[in-house]
Amino acid sequence: MEYTIFILALPLAMFLLLGLLDSKLKPRVAGILGTLGMTVCTALAYFTAFQFFTQPRNAEGIIPSQVPYNFEWLRFTENLHIDLGIYLDPISVMMLVVITTVSLMVHIYSLGYMHGEKGFQRYYAFLSLFSMSMLGLVVATNIFQMYIFWELVGVSSYLLIGFYYTKPAAIAASKKAFIVTRFADLGFLIGILILSFFTKTFDFATLTTNPTAIITETAGATFLGCSVASWALALIFMGGAGKSAMFPLHIWLPDAMEGPTPVSALIHAATMVVAGVYLVARLFPVYCVTPEVLNLITTVGAITALYAAIVACVQTDIKRVLAFSTISQIAFMMVALGVATDTDLHTGLGYMASMFHLFTHAMFKALLFLGAGAIIHAVHSNEMSEMGGLRKYMPITHITFLIACLAIAGIPPFSGFFSKDEILTAVMHKSTFWGIWMTAVAGLTAFYMFRLYFRIFWWKATDCSHHTPHEAPLTMTLPLIFLAVVTCVAGFIPFGELVSVNGQPYHIHLDWSVATTSIIVAVCAIALAAWLYLKENKKPTAMADATRVLHTAATRRFYIDEIYLFVTHKIIFGLICRPIAWFDRHIIDGTMDMLANVTQWTSARIKGLQSGYVQSYVWILLIGTLLIATITICCIL
Amino acid sequence: MNFLSLFVLIPILMMAGLAIARDMKQIRTVAVTFSTLQLGLAIYTVIKYLAERAAGNTEEMLFQASTMWYEPLNIHYAVGVDGISIIMLLLTAIIVFAGVFASWKIEPLSKEFFLWLTLLSIGVYGFFISIDLFTMFMFYEVALIPMYLLIGVWGSGKKNYSAMKLTLMLMGGSALLMLGILGIYYHSAPEGGALTMNILEIAQNNAIPHNWQYFLFPLTFVGFGILGAMFPFHTWSPDGHASAPTAVSMLHAGVLMKLGGYGCFRVAIYLMPFAAQELSWIFLILTGISVVYGAFSACVQTDLKYINAYSSVSHCGLVLFAILMLNNTAMTGAVMQMLSHGLMTALFFALIGMIYGRTHTRDIREMGGLMQIMPFLSVCYVIAGLASLGLPGLSGFVAEMTIFVGSFQHTDTFHRVFTIVACCSIVITAVYILRVVGKLLYGAVQNEHHRELTDATWWERLSAVTLIVCVAAIGCMPGWISDLISNSLNAIVERLS
Repeated sequence: MEYTIFILALPLAMFLLLGLLDSKLKPRVAGILGTLGMTVCTALAYFTAFQFFTQPRNAEGIIPSQVPYNFEWLRFTENLHIDLGIYLDPISVMMLVVITTVSLMVHIYSLGYMHGEKGFQRYYAFLSLFSMSMLGLVVATNIFQMYIFWELVGVSSYLLIGFYYTKPAAIAASKKAFIVTRFADLGFLIGILILSFFTKTFDFATLTTNPTAIITETAGATFLGCSVASWALALIFMGGAGKSAMFPLHIWLPDAMEGPTPVSALIHAATMVVAGVYLVARLFPVYCVTPEVLNLITTVGAITALYAAIVACVQTDIKRVLAFSTISQIAFMMVALGVATDTDLHTGLGYMASMFHLFTHAMFKALLFLGAGAIIHAVHSNEMSEMGGLRKYMPITHITFLIACLAIAGIPPFSGFFSKDEILTAVMHKSTFWGIWMTAVAGLTAFYMFRLYFRIFWWKATDCSHHTPHEAPLTMTLPLIFLAVVTCVAGFIPFGELVSVNGQPYHIHLDWSVATTSIIVAVCAIALAAWLYLKENKKPTAMADATRVLHTAATRRFYIDEIYLFVTHKIIFGLICRPIAWFDRHIIDGTMDMLANVTQWTSARIKGLQSGYVQSYVWILLIGTLLIATITICCIL
Repeated sequence: MNFLSLFVLIPILMMAGLAIARDMKQIRTVAVTFSTLQLGLAIYTVIKYLAERAAGNTEEMLFQASTMWYEPLNIHYAVGVDGISIIMLLLTAIIVFAGVFASWKIEPLSKEFFLWLTLLSIGVYGFFISIDLFTMFMFYEVALIPMYLLIGVWGSGKKNYSAMKLTLMLMGGSALLMLGILGIYYHSAPEGGALTMNILEIAQNNAIPHNWQYFLFPLTFVGFGILGAMFPFHTWSPDGHASAPTAVSMLHAGVLMKLGGYGCFRVAIYLMPFAAQELSWIFLILTGISVVYGAFSACVQTDLKYINAYSSVSHCGLVLFAILMLNNTAMTGAVMQMLSHGLMTALFFALIGMIYGRTHTRDIREMGGLMQIMPFLSVCYVIAGLASLGLPGLSGFVAEMTIFVGSFQHTDTFHRVFTIVACCSIVITAVYILRVVGKLLYGAVQNEHHRELTDATWWERLSAVTLIVCVAAIGCMPGWISDLISNSLNAIVERLS
């Protein structure tokens, strides 16, 4: 499958072409070139998936993974070297499909959405750069290659969030996103260093083939009560948590919504933010050896899911609601991975569920963001208060948005139902406590999504008096329709047959006790949302007033941003950077200056001795002679 | 005659050419011609070196030549190169080339400026090709002295103070070095043998007694460390860079600071492996502090050149840090970091010079939104910034990662813990780079007068693009450089263990 190299090479070529020519190309030409490149790329990815999944399974019923390319890029030591290559296995091929699909939709959509924007060519160049980096990340053959592309997606995200570089909020958001994820990446890097120090390899295949043997060798070394291997894996998870916006490293994602909306759909909903989940899945056999880290992942995921869902219920900016919803949904995937305990088909169900949810979520969340983009395009505002009653003006957006909302709420037969049900089954299997917790979060999800839906499309009575919003152009509605269709049918894909924890086919069967509960919870939540938001009324305000403290805290995202602001500005800048800079200028440099001054001072004091006046020399001579004479005489006497 | 001597000879001819040049046009012609020649020569040397190695020549230093210079003390003019020195020669040639274009419009006394600049480059080239301690030291001094005049005459701000400070501090380092070199010389041969200044012979003899190594190693390491901006002897760097004219900042931060790292490696560690192992922990702490401390200091500076000077303290600290790890991978990383830092910091200083030449301020609080006014320069600045914070695909990443992975392979826990401390600099670097980019380039235009400014001219573009191409080329294809360096290090690392 040598042609897979073009899946990476095409976007790279597009990036260089569009980036170097920039304004020498007409915006339209740049957009079409970028989109064409992505179309070919998508076709290749689909073909890869087709070829890969239809190849004969081996004796154990596993689809054999393939490595069409792998060459040594940079050698560190005998065993440690960064290779660049392409690793095809069920999850990487699945990711190829997800990334190219969403990326293509965003490319097409942006033709309409970004039409007439300054820097249109630059926008497409960055999109290509991002697509290349993300594709490179998922096909990585070793952990260091993943780290390389990990950093590249980080930078693409930085560049795209800060696309409107004259807008202060966008600049601040891009900086925040980069620095927070960089901080998490520090953990990732240290984790890689520790892991590779003990295992003597970066290679995924070597790491995952027999993880127990590798990890037991390091079992002797412990630090603060946990084995070094656990620390390494926890640190690597920290990198993943940063990219996937897990609590408490989530703060960058809501702000990242300052970027253009299609970018949010691509990077901050469907692809880059699931990189953390993908990382854990990639190293899953290794994580299985350290159950304490898996428990950590479950806990972090569950807390994040609940936290983000609560905050999403009170946000008024529609993109912020979607951002918190993304955080919450990714947390679902994390929890699913955390509750999978080993590579057995049944106890490892969470792995499959997580990947399945990743797939369906990418589609419907991209759809939601693109729909939100169409709405923002029409009403020129992100605020819910500016919306209401839009269903008449934007029928296509309305229907597709509704489909996505139903999917994320977990209503059959839309795709989200199937994947979320698998997750809840897996969680319930491991622990009833987390099971109930996650079911509750699923209910909250249905509530805030339908709050959003009703507030946008219903709420106000439609009046046609003044400036009426209108439906988006075809370039924008086509992607919506396509993604809506995918959302409708994706649940029926025999996902477990293709992707499962050990590669053997798994027949998805619904656990009806779990499914019924979750459907009932979801329907109740939707009903509640409808009761509150279907028609314009005072109930929501009254409720907010009744729970003033909680409501304010949730609106302010439980003050996590303020805590960060305090730590970075007051402590890091105020108590570390400034004092160090002062110390450097006044103490260290002061010492050097003092040395010079002391030299000068001394020389000024003693230069009188060398005045050149003969009289004073004679005087000193006389006095000296007299002194010596006196002393000599005294001694003799 | 050995062709390595051309590295000294071509600049001498260039000085002669400059001396007879009559107007600006002729000066430029001479400068461009000869700096291109140097670049060609450096590339030729790399190719010839690779060919020689491929042909199976396993000598430690290639293209050696030696002429007796002063018999009573057995001082030779001896030259020879290994993989590390040719990388440094290449770096110097690239930066001199870019520097010529960056000082296209230097005023006043342009002829004298280029003369001194060339003299400085003679010192640098000579230092890298020498394998005789005395000649090496002489070239070292030749590189330092012109600095005083270049900053004092063509500088800006409090240039007299800075020039004096820089020269005195570096001279202080030279004094330590002189002592160290004499000490090495008197123990260069076993009892009764002929004393020598030749580095290779000293290393072969390995006769410096251990108690003397304890004394001489710190002398030489600190002596060179001052030039390598080692904490707490780095304070000449911010003031010196801030006052120096563009090309001098480029050459100084890009190449001269590398003399420090190179010297620490070639003299201190190479000749005194015993003390290097015993005492490395002290300097490891100092350089570890440099790395983090420099980065933290850079976070709150407001002058563009101060930011980059402190950033250089941090990055050059990493060079010395990695050298002290005494293993092949980390030391390879150190040399790559020298190369990478040289290129990207030269790029930074070139761009700052170009921006300063237009806005007449370097205070980031007085500028903003330059991306709208001078997109070319701004994009270059962003690329330089991304290289500095270690974006994969640009040179900073490969150098830093080689250092981190290499350092972490150290069997001692203390060294590994310090590696983690040094790793933290990647976050702090991101903070100060993005802070500058956000304030300087993005946002609204701060000063309405800036709107009338123009973007880069062709010579400025050429200068910046040359450096960017090199930074990207190393970042994308680091394999051959890393192999080149690590093969040269094998012999040295063997002696260390």
